[in-house]
Amino acid sequence: MTQLIPVIVFAPLAGFLINAFFGSRLGKLSGWIATLAVFISFVISAGLFVEMLQKPSDDRAIHYVLANWLDVGKVHVGISFLIDQLSIIFMLIITGVGALIHLYSIGYMKGDRGFARFFTYMNLFIVMMLQLVMADNFLWTFVGWEGVGLCSYLLIGFWYEEKKNTDAAKKAFIVNRIGDFGFLVAMGAMLAAYGSLNYLDLLGSGGNIIDGSKHLGVVAGMHGGDWTIGFITLMLFLGCTGKSAQIPLYVWLPDAMAGPTPVSALIHAATMVTSGIFLVARSNMFFALAPVTMGVVAAVGATTAVFAAIIGIFQNDIKKVLAYSTISQLGYMFLALGVGAFTAGVFHVMTHAFFKACLFLGSGAVIEAMHHEQDMQKMGGLKKYLPITFWTFMIATLAISGIPPFAGFFSKDEILWSAFGRGSVLLWLMGAIAAMMTAFYMFRAVFLTFFGKERFDAEHHKPHEVRWHMTLPLIVLAALSIVGGFLNIPHVLGGNATLEHWLAPVLEQGEQAAQVSFSEAGAGLEIGLMVTSVAIAICGILLAMRFYKKKTTLARDEAVLGTPYRIAVHNFYVDEAYDKLIVQPTYTFSDRILYRIVDVKIIDGFVNGLAWLTGGASNIIRRIQTGVVQNYAVMIVVGLLAIVSYLMIF
Amino acid sequence: MTSLTNYLAVSAILFIIGTAGVLFRRNAIIIFMCIELMLNAVNLTLIAFSQFLGNQTGQILVFFVMTVAAAEAAVGLAIVISLFRNKETVEIDKLNLLKL
Repeated sequence: MTQLIPVIVFAPLAGFLINAFFGSRLGKLSGWIATLAVFISFVISAGLFVEMLQKPSDDRAIHYVLANWLDVGKVHVGISFLIDQLSIIFMLIITGVGALIHLYSIGYMKGDRGFARFFTYMNLFIVMMLQLVMADNFLWTFVGWEGVGLCSYLLIGFWYEEKKNTDAAKKAFIVNRIGDFGFLVAMGAMLAAYGSLNYLDLLGSGGNIIDGSKHLGVVAGMHGGDWTIGFITLMLFLGCTGKSAQIPLYVWLPDAMAGPTPVSALIHAATMVTSGIFLVARSNMFFALAPVTMGVVAAVGATTAVFAAIIGIFQNDIKKVLAYSTISQLGYMFLALGVGAFTAGVFHVMTHAFFKACLFLGSGAVIEAMHHEQDMQKMGGLKKYLPITFWTFMIATLAISGIPPFAGFFSKDEILWSAFGRGSVLLWLMGAIAAMMTAFYMFRAVFLTFFGKERFDAEHHKPHEVRWHMTLPLIVLAALSIVGGFLNIPHVLGGNATLEHWLAPVLEQGEQAAQVSFSEAGAGLEIGLMVTSVAIAICGILLAMRFYKKKTTLARDEAVLGTPYRIAVHNFYVDEAYDKLIVQPTYTFSDRILYRIVDVKIIDGFVNGLAWLTGGASNIIRRIQTGVVQNYAVMIVVGLLAIVSYLMIF
Repeated sequence: MTSLTNYLAVSAILFIIGTAGVLFRRNAIIIFMCIELMLNAVNLTLIAFSQFLGNQTGQILVFFVMTVAAAEAAVGLAIVISLFRNKETVEIDKLNLLKL
């Protein structure tokens, strides 16, 4: 299987090239080619995974060198892949969920003018996302990082005829640039301080034997609190806040819902937005050595989880609810990473990929059935029209709410437990509050969409269940949302934490190094917290049921909350504040200073001045050119005499 | 017996007269004659050296110079004639076609 590793990348790349050059002539076939390409990647990744399973745990990682890329001085950066226990999980998620969403898109995008273009971008996205997780160095990860950003931009603005969509695309791109700047600075600092960008040189291979030995990495001899590491990790985390939509750079993700729904499911829920979590988990040894950064990560994560959940409660657009929910869940993951529970973070990435992709695809089915209506106030009672969509959506909702035995329960509970045990009661409390709000807004969405009376013209317009391309992925993802959590049943519930053992060679050292305090609490406390969090989730569900199960109008009812409602429904005026505090001053500064003074006066002045100087000087010198041959002859003779006399004198 | 210096002095004077004529006279024919003068000044130098150093090569070279000068005279006069036919003048300071 090892020699098939390049195929994982080249299959979607081939799909991308075929669709890019011949897509318009292929018709419906282009969707199938794209799906097949991703499916091939998935099959090979799965084969690789099975092969890894059969090896001893410290011999599983593979270092595959495809080509040399940069050999400058002491810096050696290759196009080479580090496939270990961490990246294989991401590869399986990307290709597996990716293939399902490609299949779904064949149904969803049917009849769209840009059908082939859509699959071109999607395949390119898969290629880039795989680079991000498979790379063996920061720079190649960064290439993938930028590549997925580009695909995200292209797909958000996919329906580019509407200005709203292109604005959203630009916003996503520009906000991400701010984060990318952090990533670049971090790489520069790493090069300056340690002279390498390779994961093995910097972070070591953990418990894995790679290329015949256990790499120690520069982190081996370091102590916590080193300020260089602190700076590097903070800058890396800035990159993560951009890509993974955390405070303060989360603002692009809600707008990104302008793209087609499969895009929201694949890029803005399941894969791309989790690349920040991947990056932190990958460089866990760095983060573990930077307690300040860890504090920042945990604080930002917890705050984002609560903040986005509050906004999510008041959204009426079904996709916006899911977008804020994604931000909130990403906050959860960072909370886990911030307290050093890297496994819990990665575990939540996985379960979240299943249920959030399922939710997005379900919302896509609803939107399609409702003829592109996204406002939940105009839905209702869809349960009987769309049974498959309803049941899969319901399962995914139960999963995200943290109801056992669905996937979300295990991952979310592990995060809350880590927040309590490794972090503080405050972090746990924030996580618990966010969990309750999550249950509340998700069930609010379910009740508004699928229950109650139809708030649309049901006589003339009967919503139809979508075709099998779309229901099959829904069913598979719903099934995964049920069983996904069993991969990591905690010891206290009689499981053996399979995923934790699997990831241990990569993450264990970091988890131990990051451990500041761990109250050796007994199993009783863990069970107690578990019961508490389930009770909290059920509270949220019951509240949602009380308010929304039978409602027909809601904006008016919610408005009785007064000012807090107005603030929340306008997303805390964050966009407006950014506009006033950052965007407008930038415009003004650019116009008044950069344009009118620096550009017009200084730069243009310099260039025009040079031209003026040359012109003036030439005007004087041109008088030498009389056109009379004799004058030239005089000059020749004078020059000759000058040379001869010089030779004679010296 | 005239010394080498005398020959060289005459030759230098002739050459300077020729150069001055080329540089400062206006009539193309005069300039032309001055060029011939310069050539012959050089010939004189060559002959003088040849004689005093007992080396025949200089004399051979003079023959070549004279041959080229004859050919040059033919071409040069033809140019002057065609110049006069086109411009009705051979005054060289009126012929400033090199200036835009």
